[in-house]
Amino acid sequence: MFNASLKQLSIQLAGKKISSTELTSEFLQRIKQLNPEYNAFITVNEDLSLAQARAADQMIAAGQAGPLTGIPIAQKDIFCAKGWLTTCGSKMLSNFVSPYDAGVIERFNQAGAVNIGKTNMDEFAMGSSNETSYYGPVKNPWDQAAVPGGSSGGAACAVAARLAPAATGTDTGGSIRQPAALCGISGIKPTYGLVSRYGMIAFASSLDQGGPMAKSAEDLALLLNVMTGFDPRDSTSLQRDVEDYARDLQKPLAGLRIGLPKEYFAAGMSNDVASAIDKALDEYRKLGAQTVEISLPNAPLAIPVYYVLAPAEASSNLSRFDGVRYGHRAESYSDLADMYRKSRAQGFGPEVKRRILIGTYVLSHGYYDAYYIKAQKLRRLIAQDFAEAYQQCDIIMGPTTPTVAFNLGEKSGDPIQMYLSDIYTSAANLTGMPAMSIPVGFGDKNRPIGLHIIGNYFKEAQMLNVAHQYQLATDWHSRSPV
Amino acid sequence: MQWEIVIGLEVHAQLSTHSKIFSGASTAYGAPPNTQACVIDLALPGVLPVLNKGAVERAIKFGLSVGAKINSPSIFARKNYFYPDLPKGYQISQYELPVVQGGTIAIQVDGAEKIVRLTRAHLEEDAGKSLHEDFHGMSGIDLNRAGTPLLEIVSEPDMRSSAEAVAYAKTLHALVRWIGICDGNMQEGSFRCDANVSVRPRGTEKLGTRCEIKNLNSFRFLEKAIDYEARRQIEILEDGGSIRQETRLYDANKDETRTMRSKEDANDYRYFPDPDLLPVEISTSWIEQVKSALPELPQARRDRYVSEFALSAYDAAVLTGSREMADYFEAAIRELPTQAKLCANWIMGEISAQLNKEGIDITACPINPAQLAALLKRIGDGTISGKAAKTVFESLWNGELDKNADAIIEAKGLKQISDDSAIEKIVDQVLAANAQQVADYRAGKEKAFNSLVGQIMKATQGKANPAQVNAMLKKKLDG
Repeated sequence: MFNASLKQLSIQLAGKKISSTELTSEFLQRIKQLNPEYNAFITVNEDLSLAQARAADQMIAAGQAGPLTGIPIAQKDIFCAKGWLTTCGSKMLSNFVSPYDAGVIERFNQAGAVNIGKTNMDEFAMGSSNETSYYGPVKNPWDQAAVPGGSSGGAACAVAARLAPAATGTDTGGSIRQPAALCGISGIKPTYGLVSRYGMIAFASSLDQGGPMAKSAEDLALLLNVMTGFDPRDSTSLQRDVEDYARDLQKPLAGLRIGLPKEYFAAGMSNDVASAIDKALDEYRKLGAQTVEISLPNAPLAIPVYYVLAPAEASSNLSRFDGVRYGHRAESYSDLADMYRKSRAQGFGPEVKRRILIGTYVLSHGYYDAYYIKAQKLRRLIAQDFAEAYQQCDIIMGPTTPTVAFNLGEKSGDPIQMYLSDIYTSAANLTGMPAMSIPVGFGDKNRPIGLHIIGNYFKEAQMLNVAHQYQLATDWHSRSPV
Repeated sequence: MQWEIVIGLEVHAQLSTHSKIFSGASTAYGAPPNTQACVIDLALPGVLPVLNKGAVERAIKFGLSVGAKINSPSIFARKNYFYPDLPKGYQISQYELPVVQGGTIAIQVDGAEKIVRLTRAHLEEDAGKSLHEDFHGMSGIDLNRAGTPLLEIVSEPDMRSSAEAVAYAKTLHALVRWIGICDGNMQEGSFRCDANVSVRPRGTEKLGTRCEIKNLNSFRFLEKAIDYEARRQIEILEDGGSIRQETRLYDANKDETRTMRSKEDANDYRYFPDPDLLPVEISTSWIEQVKSALPELPQARRDRYVSEFALSAYDAAVLTGSREMADYFEAAIRELPTQAKLCANWIMGEISAQLNKEGIDITACPINPAQLAALLKRIGDGTISGKAAKTVFESLWNGELDKNADAIIEAKGLKQISDDSAIEKIVDQVLAANAQQVADYRAGKEKAFNSLVGQIMKATQGKANPAQVNAMLKKKLDG
């Protein structure tokens, strides 16, 4: 049951082989047992989960079930969920119980899915290892000495360790794809604007995008069908016709042109990752695809551009956490300025503070043109590179990360090294293009390796098809660490 | 040395939308604290702004009314600073590419017209209110006002006296009410002025260092604050000092301005485009649509009153002081098309005086335009004298006899004697009885004529048509 696909679970629920209440209880039991080891969840609330499960059972009994009705989904603790503690991995929100549901949460609720718990994450999604969480690091289920990646580390761990059938994540610079790669699962960041950001606590508004994390591309398609859709409460949400992301899963790949950016196959990628990616590309050639070398000359600028723009937006987005209306407020202070200073000094961890400082600096009078405006110009150049590349290929592939999961503590003292974990992933956020990671083998210390698949705008169905065909031909995605 | 005062105004006009600029909460004034603040106004984690189209439409309306350029795209930017009544830690405003760019406002000062240039007008959200009383040493925050839409209208430093500044503020106030984008209620803060004031030696070009005076919530305070501030700056300069650029607060009780914060304390607001809001595309068809729905503007009406009704520029300006007054005037002359000047005189005279006395607006005037016209018609056709008309006016105001002027004239016997033969008879009688005065007049004593008129009016209990009496008397004496 813990290894079952979403489709299999749905069939069992529909056939009354198992009730949602039973299924939910099983997962809650497993979380209770294993979470102390992994620390994948910040909050588990049996009462709220089981109430949803009972409601789902009624939907099923009434014949109103959809593909996700009754299925437990782990929600990243960045999504506001009514009645749930919603911390964003921060002491700042360690007392914040949301009075409202995020757009994504609403959609899962309407689909009859069960919120099985809120997953651990880097504080305010700022991190690539889950070590910046106020609630402590998450362990990689493949190797407890390793990080799970971040910022959606709890979500990746929960799916890999089979603590939940699927999970939600958010991706600002790689926060779905990098932990998916490091934990050996599948995850997709859709085109910017497809998933509502309403109620998804903002890190960098122009880059943030929610998406699903699961065991397979097929599961991702079902999850995307529920998660995406226009939300009038989010001005950046796109108004598009509803599409079925599973519609192309079975298409053969003959004639598919896969672009391989030479900049992503250069120095910096470790040998174990390079060899696993090569084997995956061989598999694609066997499936009828052809590979072409392409160039994204400005892609190496993605990290510096990202680390100007993301902190700039974050420094402003995080200003609302001032201890005035909700969240952490210092116990004693002498005046208003002191209250702000102490509340924020106590409520935010060092990585969040670092980014607020960087962001404040690049937006400051006299520096704005040199940093923020320049970065915006480069952002457009990077997008142009991709637009030109898609003249020569249908889809782009490369490694999701330069190395397998690193050890806990290995990079936490070196922010630059940590930032380079997102070297391949952040361009998709800067351009708004969809991108995903699927498991393609194991490297050093038997830690998982992810293949990065970048599509053109709105090509999610095609990307899921490309991923699914690979998963039909291989079994990396069904390997489990437990 | 002769000093010249240089003034530019920044006016915050609260736009008359029902809901806030980025949320669906109500903008109604006076609700209990924090009852009109939704999760978006409270800036809970994860919430996002959605632009109110009605606010943009009102800004476009304003731009078209002052002949400005409407920018498309127009960009919303974040102005970052910390304050407890600013829930997000930034105000959503506009920095580059405001909706309205440029434009002009024509003002009347001492009978002359002057053009004041506008720099821009941009949309932004209002902050909440900090309440420092009644909380036992703590502060309370009321976020009902947070997110209320404002249009900040910035002028060029084109005004040279407090009188010009007041004329500009009044003209602007009338305009925003005229086009229906702001209720103009200054007590409730719907129309707030900040004044940038500097002085320079007359005849020089270079602007002096300016001070910004905040919190001017009446035209009188605006005038007094500018006068005080200009005097203060001139005194400092004449004593050999220099002006420090700063923000000052006007204290109406003491009639003085004092330092609020100096330039050194000024925030670096770190403006940048708000990534939660897309650039606003304002199509030409939308602009055309707004344009076609615009009412005739005050300036156009002023010009028309002068050319069509031969009113003086001054009369035309007074009558277009508000759309309601202008509409009242037009309704009256529809009834009485040949008597525009008479209508204008009565509206600017008796009606305005009485409204002022009772402290009510022309929309609450107990005499409607048709009722006024019915009265003025009887002045025009000689049925009653101007003096009798005032008596009728009072009766109308008090609601007597269904506010029917003719019925009142009849009931009070106010009709004047306009029958030539009747008047001639009385004139003859008076001349016969006052041979001495007739002789005096003929000997060149002009005064005697007035005395004879008086006698005639007295004999008719004031009802004789004075013009006819004059003419008849002249004819008899000179003829």
